[in-house]
Amino acid sequence: MLGIVPASLFFVFLSKIPAVGRGDAFKEVYPWLSDLGIGFSFNLDGLSMFFALLVTGVGALIMIYAGYYMRSYQKTNRFFGYLVFFMAGMLGLVTASDWITLFMFWEFTSISSFMLIGFKHEKTAAREAALQALLITGGGGLALLAGLIMMSLPYHSFSIEAVINDPQPFLQSSLFVPATILILIGAFTKSAIFPFHFWLPGAMQAPSPVSAFLHSATMVKAGIYLLARLHPVMESQELWIYTLSVFGVVTMFVGAWFALAQQDLKKILAYTTVSALGTMVLLIGTSTAYSVTAALVFLLVHAFYKATLFMMAGNIEKITGTRDMNQLGQLNRFMPVATVISLLALLSMSGIPPMIGFIGKELMYEAKLNAPAAGNFILLTGFLANAFTVFVSLRFAYGVFWGKKQDFKKQPHEPDVSLLVGPAVLVFISLLLGIFPNQIAGLLGSAFQSVLPGETLIKLKLWHGFNEILLLSFLTVLLGVVMFVYRKAIIRIVCYLNSNYFNLKLSQRFFTGIDVFLNLTKKKTAVVQHGYHRFYLMTIFIAAALLLILTMPAVDFQFDFDLKFDGLSFFVMLAAIMIIAGSIAVIVAQSRLVALIATGFVGIGITIVFVLYSGVDLAITMVMVETLTVVLGAMVVYHLPKYLNYSGVGSRIRDGIVAVFFGFVMGFLALQTSKPTTLTKISDYFVENSYTKAFGENIVNVILVDFRALDTLGEIVVLALAAIGIVSLLKLNAQKKSSR
Amino acid sequence: MSLLMAILIGFLYAVSIYLLLRRSIVKLVIGILFLSYATNLMLFFTGGLTETSPAFTDIASTSEVVTASDPLPQALILTALVIGFGVAAFSMVLIYRFYKESGTVDLDELSEIEKS
Repeated sequence: MLGIVPASLFFVFLSKIPAVGRGDAFKEVYPWLSDLGIGFSFNLDGLSMFFALLVTGVGALIMIYAGYYMRSYQKTNRFFGYLVFFMAGMLGLVTASDWITLFMFWEFTSISSFMLIGFKHEKTAAREAALQALLITGGGGLALLAGLIMMSLPYHSFSIEAVINDPQPFLQSSLFVPATILILIGAFTKSAIFPFHFWLPGAMQAPSPVSAFLHSATMVKAGIYLLARLHPVMESQELWIYTLSVFGVVTMFVGAWFALAQQDLKKILAYTTVSALGTMVLLIGTSTAYSVTAALVFLLVHAFYKATLFMMAGNIEKITGTRDMNQLGQLNRFMPVATVISLLALLSMSGIPPMIGFIGKELMYEAKLNAPAAGNFILLTGFLANAFTVFVSLRFAYGVFWGKKQDFKKQPHEPDVSLLVGPAVLVFISLLLGIFPNQIAGLLGSAFQSVLPGETLIKLKLWHGFNEILLLSFLTVLLGVVMFVYRKAIIRIVCYLNSNYFNLKLSQRFFTGIDVFLNLTKKKTAVVQHGYHRFYLMTIFIAAALLLILTMPAVDFQFDFDLKFDGLSFFVMLAAIMIIAGSIAVIVAQSRLVALIATGFVGIGITIVFVLYSGVDLAITMVMVETLTVVLGAMVVYHLPKYLNYSGVGSRIRDGIVAVFFGFVMGFLALQTSKPTTLTKISDYFVENSYTKAFGENIVNVILVDFRALDTLGEIVVLALAAIGIVSLLKLNAQKKSSR
Repeated sequence: MSLLMAILIGFLYAVSIYLLLRRSIVKLVIGILFLSYATNLMLFFTGGLTETSPAFTDIASTSEVVTASDPLPQALILTALVIGFGVAAFSMVLIYRFYKESGTVDLDELSEIEKS
């Protein structure tokens, strides 16, 4: 039922093809963070249309398939939630016309992919694979974000069209190289390009509908979409062309090579997907009319056959309980319809007429023959990769549907109709388009215009006549067949080479790297969070003092040194002596009671200062507070053990230095604040209105109970809370005693 | 007298920091008391030192009370004093409880207890 939504969207997009073909653009713009030049905006052009149709079309079929496939699973509502979430993300990604919007949807797909790969979360392997995929694509996403921001800086806007319409400011900006590299990292991680390819085979832990949808037809194509989208900007840049070509060739070959000896059906498909993605990157990087046409056709072809094969692999697993090639065989007897569908898809994958895969491969060879640079090398690698694919297809077909007779636990049978509809439709379209390829020429043409403006799509046809390309195709198939004849020897050799020379273990290394990182952060945390309050405080004080020094204006030493010993000043000196003597007594005291009384002494000294300088209310309050504090302290101290000196001389000196340093800074700060300023005082308002509005002569009192009455209420609440806290702390003790 | 006051404030801060950095929890609490002394004095000082002229307004006059000391810092300090008392009382009872529960007044030992 869920298939209806993507299906109807598919038809909506389909209905817009003629309009887009004419060059009409469908734009949706919503203001988002307009101050930063960010808009939540969408645009439907040829390329977006191409991908949107792919996403919704394949999506609808996958939904039908998944609806039946997931019945044996728990919590399928979550599964469909994630799947729809992903589909929305993917649609947003391919239609966004703002880099930030695109990035947001890009991350949506990464996150939903994480959830879907880890859907069987009770399996450790699934969790690890999900985490690996998330860290790689998410990390790539961050690189992409940085790259996109760098790219958009000269434009003061994140609009995609701005960059595409006028690439010069970006190309000439000093950030061109780093931005390009970061964007490429984003695209390569997403599209599983070597050396980031290893997450894709791992992602096969996901249920088969996910592999069919995300990891073959759509999400991994997001990177390709980004490259295609940016291609008009970058097509003249050597950095872009060479990077794409080199990484494309390597990935194409590495993927095909590792597919050779796999036993797991889904792993085989995953590695051929890696190879196909590499091919697409290479084709975009080759940047000719042939290659771009080939890339678009191949993208479509690949989505069709790979989604089909993943669904069939899921069916086989469901019915026989395994997807290990060694335990499968002779399935053609039990599921003839499924066999036919799979065979057709495999034909498309091998590039054999009359499937559309043949057209894709013909175009690919043509593109490689016409490649501007290193054509022969690319042709040779491409030839080998294709031959490997033919070999793998033959192995798949023979090993699963013919081959040895196996003893299955239960009798295999034809998969349910809903499990066959999706694959059947896709294969049927592949076949139909192979025979009538020009039906999609319009769609491909407008997509082509978005990638390589100024050139025209190469005409698609099944039969090119007898030429070197046909010969190449023939040789490819021949090599594949020859390899298949000697398959035992070849697989043995490949396994030997893989385990002895090409054992990259990228996935394990990735996790080792993560472990090392976690240990590092653990150590770092242990250093910063040591658990000693003194050093936390010391850090705070030193930092505060240094920051104060930084912000303090240049000190001019113009103080009044009028230490007169007459009248008031005499008493002030007396108070100062009291305070200093009391403080010293606190520090050197060997008895806690002496220390407490000396503290009270200091308090009284401060009270005297308040009295002398017109702070009458303060003095009254201070006397009361001091008295109460000392009495309370004496009561508490009575219960505590003797005063002990815990610290050594060294730490005393160190603490002393910190304390004196902080004291100096605060003293200077005080001097700075005491300078007369021309600012109007807030107090003037209180002074003026104290009597007229609040009818009180004591301004301090009036402020407390009238102007700032709510503050005082808060203060009372604090005191009440403290009292409650104290009582409960004491009561807690009594209760414990009684319970004992 | 502002230099003397500044010296006094700096001195009180220094004493307070020194006490706060001790391992004994009793000294830590006394350090908190000193910290509020120093800060109150600093606030008082920023209001300007006015001799023998408390912030009272004359009943008759409506506006001309410029000579009186600044009432705002005093009001702030008054609040701070009371809150400071609440904090002091609470922390004293807290160290009492702390000692009863843990049997030590050494804060480093507390870290060890926490770790083990």
